[in-house]
Amino acid sequence: MAQTRTPLMDERAVRRALSRMAREIVERAAGTGRLVLMGIHRRGDEIAALLGEEIRKAEGTPPPIGSLDITLYRDDLAVIGPRPVVGESRLPAGGIDGQVVVIVDDVLYTGRTIRAALDELMDWGRPTRIYLCVLVDRGSAARELPIQPDSVGRTVELSHGKRVDVLVPELDGQLAVEIVGIEPPVEDT
Amino acid sequence: MSRLVSDLGKDLVGLEPLSANQIRTVLDTAEPFKEISERPIKKVPVLRGKTIVNLFFEPSTRTRVSFEFAEKRLSADTVNVTAAGSSVVKGETLVDTARNMEAMRIDMVVMRHIASGAARFLAERIPSNVINAGDGWHEHPTQGLLDLLTIRDHKGRIEGTRVCIVGDILHSRVARSNIYGLLKLGAEVGVCGPPTLLPVGIQELGVQVFRRVEEAIEWADVLNVLRLQLERMQSGFVPSLREYNRFYGVSSARLERAREDLLILHPGPINRGVEMDSDVADGPRSVILNQVTNGVAVRMAVLYLLAGGTPETAESAKHAAES
Amino acid sequence: MRGPLLTRESDGHQPLMLKGGRVVDPSQGLDEVTDVLLADGVVEAVGTGLGAPDDARIVECAGHVVTSGLIDVHVHLREPGGEHKETILTGARAAAAGGFTAVCAMPNTDPCVDDPASVGFVLAAGQRAGAARVYPLGCISVGQKGERLTEVGEMVEAGAVAITDDGCPVMDSGLMRLALEYARIFDIAVADHPEDLGLSRHGVMNEGLVATRLGLRGKPNASEDAHVLRDLMVAELTGGHVHLQHVSTRTGVEAIRRAKERGVRVTAEATPHHLLLTDEAVEGYRTDAKMNPPLRSAADVEAVRAGLKDGTLDVLATDHAPHHYDEKEQPFDDAPNGIVGLETSLGLVHTHLVRGGLIDLPTMVERMSVAPARAFGLSGGTLRKGSAGDVTVMDPEARWTVRTEHFLSKSRNTPFEGWDLVGRAVLTVVGGRIVWEAGWG
Repeated sequence: MAQTRTPLMDERAVRRALSRMAREIVERAAGTGRLVLMGIHRRGDEIAALLGEEIRKAEGTPPPIGSLDITLYRDDLAVIGPRPVVGESRLPAGGIDGQVVVIVDDVLYTGRTIRAALDELMDWGRPTRIYLCVLVDRGSAARELPIQPDSVGRTVELSHGKRVDVLVPELDGQLAVEIVGIEPPVEDT
Repeated sequence: MSRLVSDLGKDLVGLEPLSANQIRTVLDTAEPFKEISERPIKKVPVLRGKTIVNLFFEPSTRTRVSFEFAEKRLSADTVNVTAAGSSVVKGETLVDTARNMEAMRIDMVVMRHIASGAARFLAERIPSNVINAGDGWHEHPTQGLLDLLTIRDHKGRIEGTRVCIVGDILHSRVARSNIYGLLKLGAEVGVCGPPTLLPVGIQELGVQVFRRVEEAIEWADVLNVLRLQLERMQSGFVPSLREYNRFYGVSSARLERAREDLLILHPGPINRGVEMDSDVADGPRSVILNQVTNGVAVRMAVLYLLAGGTPETAESAKHAAES
Repeated sequence: MRGPLLTRESDGHQPLMLKGGRVVDPSQGLDEVTDVLLADGVVEAVGTGLGAPDDARIVECAGHVVTSGLIDVHVHLREPGGEHKETILTGARAAAAGGFTAVCAMPNTDPCVDDPASVGFVLAAGQRAGAARVYPLGCISVGQKGERLTEVGEMVEAGAVAITDDGCPVMDSGLMRLALEYARIFDIAVADHPEDLGLSRHGVMNEGLVATRLGLRGKPNASEDAHVLRDLMVAELTGGHVHLQHVSTRTGVEAIRRAKERGVRVTAEATPHHLLLTDEAVEGYRTDAKMNPPLRSAADVEAVRAGLKDGTLDVLATDHAPHHYDEKEQPFDDAPNGIVGLETSLGLVHTHLVRGGLIDLPTMVERMSVAPARAFGLSGGTLRKGSAGDVTVMDPEARWTVRTEHFLSKSRNTPFEGWDLVGRAVLTVVGGRIVWEAGWG
């Protein structure tokens, strides 16, 4: 299966977007006092860490950061079967009760992951407010649930066959966003 | 009505049929499940809508409660059938019991039964997933898995670890599951007990036999001390519990010759003063309560891994992944 | 000759000429292509160029083997009391289909056959069946309780050909002594199921690695050996004839071999399953491999084979033990012991032991016909002129597959389902009358 990779954002573009998103978040949360970031495992974790760093640079103190693994909250277990690797969810120090929680993910597509994350967050406690922040939004036309982001790095409308890959230094050795096109397989005759 | 075959297959009947990788998969999957039990709301929705029957033909509070917690924390709907002495099963064959369960459209059965092979018997006859919660003297795979997880937690690894199982090996499904699991993961395994309670041919499984508990203690990194059932004395396998304690009991005095970091496991419930003295059970080497905690995580992992959809949906998922 | 069934069946039976088969009759050292003429229920003549009577039915037997009728001295026909498993009628028919002209019915029915009336019942039902002959055995002890001797003489007069508590070993050595001594009056065998119940301690399979792995309670070889040795000693003490049933251990075989050398009156059985299967057949908790004595180790199978070959185990018997499918469809501990054997025995023995090279065809006939008749003093086991017209004709090249749905037996419990075999009975003749012919069943 041949793949084509087209750059969407380079490192500078990603960092600029993150810096803007950090400001938007702080503004919406009216400061960092009760602000908590929850990254969605795995690349959302990395984006949350970068965002946290941007917030620290701007505000002086980093917000507490937690991690959500939504594997056990997925709605497609019966379709895909269980995944042997279940990640660990981690609450930020101080928990989420009464906090302003920002869910951070790399790409927003159908909205199902965010639904699962919301359910998991509700099981953990009762935040006063939840925001959603994503680096790439594939546009509201792709959504399968009524979920919209509050802060977005870049919006891009793509056909169903394309994929957006967010590359992060921890896992991929670089910070960038690429569009991956997958050629349909040649039919066997 | 067959089902998606998971990494473990349809059922968990024992550790003997599993590969080392399958066992590792369960242990690795159990790790994140430990954390769920530490949450204020100890529940995830992953098995929502699944129906699980806990079918216990032998009384067992401990294992049943552990399974029930695991099931409830995964949001499954559970029904307990404690059949020992109940009218449900008197005179009804296991085949009929199984068919009745199936007719109620259940997804999984967790079964404890007095006969060796009963879990496999059930698994071969119903499409639901079957988890063996102990069958006769044969296997108790989730106990074996939780023992493995506890050893791995404390020793960092299982490969190369010397584990000696002490006590009534002959009648013990815990011993068999431990032996299979430990050997597959590369541990060195010893067994120690009175010759009346050692099964014939046990060495051929690849384990070392210790006649004296003192030798076993000196040799081992881990002791897994089994419960001595009172019935064994009544049927004459050991003359008295007192004499058993005198020659095979794990006491502080005997532990003086042990390695500093010797780990002590016990599947419970403990007969204090018989197979193990209280100060040992409550002492710093004992990880008995960690085993109980791990039991829930391991059972959650097994339930989770065995859960799945129908072949049709699996097929469509496969196509979706390819496109 | 004993056996009230042996009547000259002169009325209405067509003479039967079996032409041009390989006639094997070890009782007179006969193994040649020739003819056998049966008339009036008995063997009229064996030889070439016999003039057949005008009304005789002539069966071409070229390429087939014609032998004195096969006899199975160890079958459970379950009637009375276990008619859902087998009846005397279905069992006698299954026997005929398997090439057997006579079977010995074990008395451990419900109620058990421990008095002359019960013996008469089995005998009459056997005669009504009109298939293989059915010879009743009576119990050694009243109610098979192992306590008090039955009315052996009255049972023998009623038609019992031997006594046994099969299923229950005679644990009381004193009782065994009495039985062996008393049976001498009637010159009958005392058949014993050799098992020391203390040593076997509710075991459900052979003790060893497989049992250990499966977590099943094992019976050690010693549980059988100790009892075999005890029986041999008591037989030696009394001069009685002990018949040891289904011998399965190497030590047991060796003990019998030595006892025979000393002149102890002992006959002994080997079963097809103990000749062909080891305890590994139990793997997967297969209840169709659960029997008593249990399937043993490979070394034991070798010893049983050697015993059959050299005649230490002189009798091949099936221990045909039918059970309803519900009863075998249980966890291993709960399933009953035993397998059916009548319809697979000849094919298994011929395929794996004769074609397999352990024994030749005359030895097979010796173990399955001549010796069984001799051990229990039955008619048959020979084609001498004037002897019972019991004949088995087999096609030694017939290839077939064991399919339980074709069994005439009521039960299907066999570990041999699906086995490909070579050789089977095509004609079974009892008292000069054809009771089974291939194509019927």
